[in-house]
Amino acid sequence: MISLSMRPCGDFRTSYKADNQIFETSTIRWLVVATIIALCFAPLVLDAYFLTLFIQVAYLGIAALGLNILVGFTGQISLGHGAFFGFGAFASAWLNNEFGIPVWLAIPLAGWLTMVVGMIFGSPAARIKGLYLAIATLAAQFIIEDFFARAGWFSGGSYGAAAEPVSLFGYTLDSDQSFFYIALFALVFMYLWGTNLMRSRDGRAFVAVRDHYLSAEIMGINLNWYRLLSFGISSFFAGIGGALYGHYLGYVSAEGFTLMMSIQFLAMIIIGGLGSVFGALLGTIFIVLLPEVLESVVALIAGTGLLPAGSVAESMAYFKEMAVGLVIILFLVFEPQGLAHRWRQIKAYWKFYPFAY
Amino acid sequence: MGMKPLLEVKQIDLAFGGVKALTDVSFTVNKGDVYSIIGPNGAGKTSMLNCISGRYQPQQGSISFKQQEITRMKPNQRSSLGLGRTFQNLALFSHMSVLENILVGRHHLLKNNFASGPLYWFSGAQKEELEHRRTVEEIIDFLEIAHIRKKQTGTLSYGLRKRVELARAIALKPDMILLDEPMAGMNQEEKEDMARYILDLNEEWGMTVVMIEHDMSVVMGISNRVMVLDFGSKIAEGLPEEVIDNEHVRRAYLGEEDDLLEAAV
Repeated sequence: MISLSMRPCGDFRTSYKADNQIFETSTIRWLVVATIIALCFAPLVLDAYFLTLFIQVAYLGIAALGLNILVGFTGQISLGHGAFFGFGAFASAWLNNEFGIPVWLAIPLAGWLTMVVGMIFGSPAARIKGLYLAIATLAAQFIIEDFFARAGWFSGGSYGAAAEPVSLFGYTLDSDQSFFYIALFALVFMYLWGTNLMRSRDGRAFVAVRDHYLSAEIMGINLNWYRLLSFGISSFFAGIGGALYGHYLGYVSAEGFTLMMSIQFLAMIIIGGLGSVFGALLGTIFIVLLPEVLESVVALIAGTGLLPAGSVAESMAYFKEMAVGLVIILFLVFEPQGLAHRWRQIKAYWKFYPFAY
Repeated sequence: MGMKPLLEVKQIDLAFGGVKALTDVSFTVNKGDVYSIIGPNGAGKTSMLNCISGRYQPQQGSISFKQQEITRMKPNQRSSLGLGRTFQNLALFSHMSVLENILVGRHHLLKNNFASGPLYWFSGAQKEELEHRRTVEEIIDFLEIAHIRKKQTGTLSYGLRKRVELARAIALKPDMILLDEPMAGMNQEEKEDMARYILDLNEEWGMTVVMIEHDMSVVMGISNRVMVLDFGSKIAEGLPEEVIDNEHVRRAYLGEEDDLLEAAV
């Protein structure tokens, strides 16, 4: 975290309330509000392809923020985030199919259920740290995956589960255009929730546990509870993201929620910036857009006719996997603080131009 | 004095495997005292403080604070009882700003949580946070660290970090504050400032102070009772002037043979 003030000259804070607001300047705040309003009109203008991308960013971004609260803010580790994401998807479909709970209510309830499951699997965190915790959460990943495959009553077993689309006030929101608004609302709501968490008591406690757990304990912070709670909140976000994913696709299959997905969530927050709410979103956008950009690059190469066309298409799948790995390595080496840090530096550059600092 | 002591430490034994860190240490601290613990390196001073703040649990003996038995109480429960402390080796949250560090000290006094905190504007969390911000600003004014309140603590100089740590401990609103070498590594001017802050804390804020300090001029200057530890045993206690003249204390500091120590170990 860099403490560069982006406030223009003469913009003084005269109350604690003003000093504690989310956005550094009112310009930024209005820009964000304007962006959200502009996004409300997006379904009228953009075609389904871009809407799909946005919806992906929304449900993955919510889950990524959850993982960032656990890894970036509390300093723990989880290799089972993909499984929690899947649990949310199945739980919401199950609540809806089995008990007839309307989808709009099933989604938050699935979040709570996932939170409980996350806290159960996160309970080793009270005792172990670092690599040992990583292995414990890896076990959670495989146990939950296995559960999806076997618990037919819950997940439909190998057939998977059908997930009804969201319906509100008699309207069924099953198109990309209509689901876009659900995704937008959930994204804004959950990111506000995360931001406010980090500027209130429990958010500070998380960071305190990360930075110096011994003195955090002396400051009255119950270490076990906050380590566990961090797992709970992280799983809650994963559950909400997963539930949105399920109801968007209309069908949840047990195969998608693998270790690879968990690693991809980790990639998002490392690339975006550990310990940054905005970074989680940036990282998600990056990872979602990466294959799309690669695809067009590959299409470009194929278009030149320099390589035999078939081979390019075949190696496409490997390209994506390799690119994610390569990008993580490059970020760790050149920008360990992620896109959020780079973003702040770009802002600083514009503000101070033509001076270097 | 007829009143009961604020802190009562009775016959503490603390050992790590075969190493005896503390042997049969007893002392009492009255409300309003500035109580110093001195002794050579490795004498067990910090171990004693760790027993009081809950980091270590002694094998034998008891510690009571405000007539309440706290020997086995968890460290995080002691803060709400009115115990605060600073550390010898800085223990700030280095990626947080000065302001956030001090706000962490308010943890046990704040009520908003993971459910109500995020509903910032609707749950009263904002109001509560701002009220506590006001208190924190008073502490910031008192310790003269207003100019660095938004700085990340990892970037600060040593003397300032020590001051931020003191601020964080004050934010706990403790009745008794434990200071582990508050002046270590400071220059003369910073030491004088720190001594002034400690006296103000004691006289104006009404906090009882227990501190470990090596600088004898500071110890002689501001404390009203002194205990001397050597090899985990108490070898002297009393007024500063008495202690400094004590034969055993002189020997402990000069490293000579001492029959009283032999008997204790």
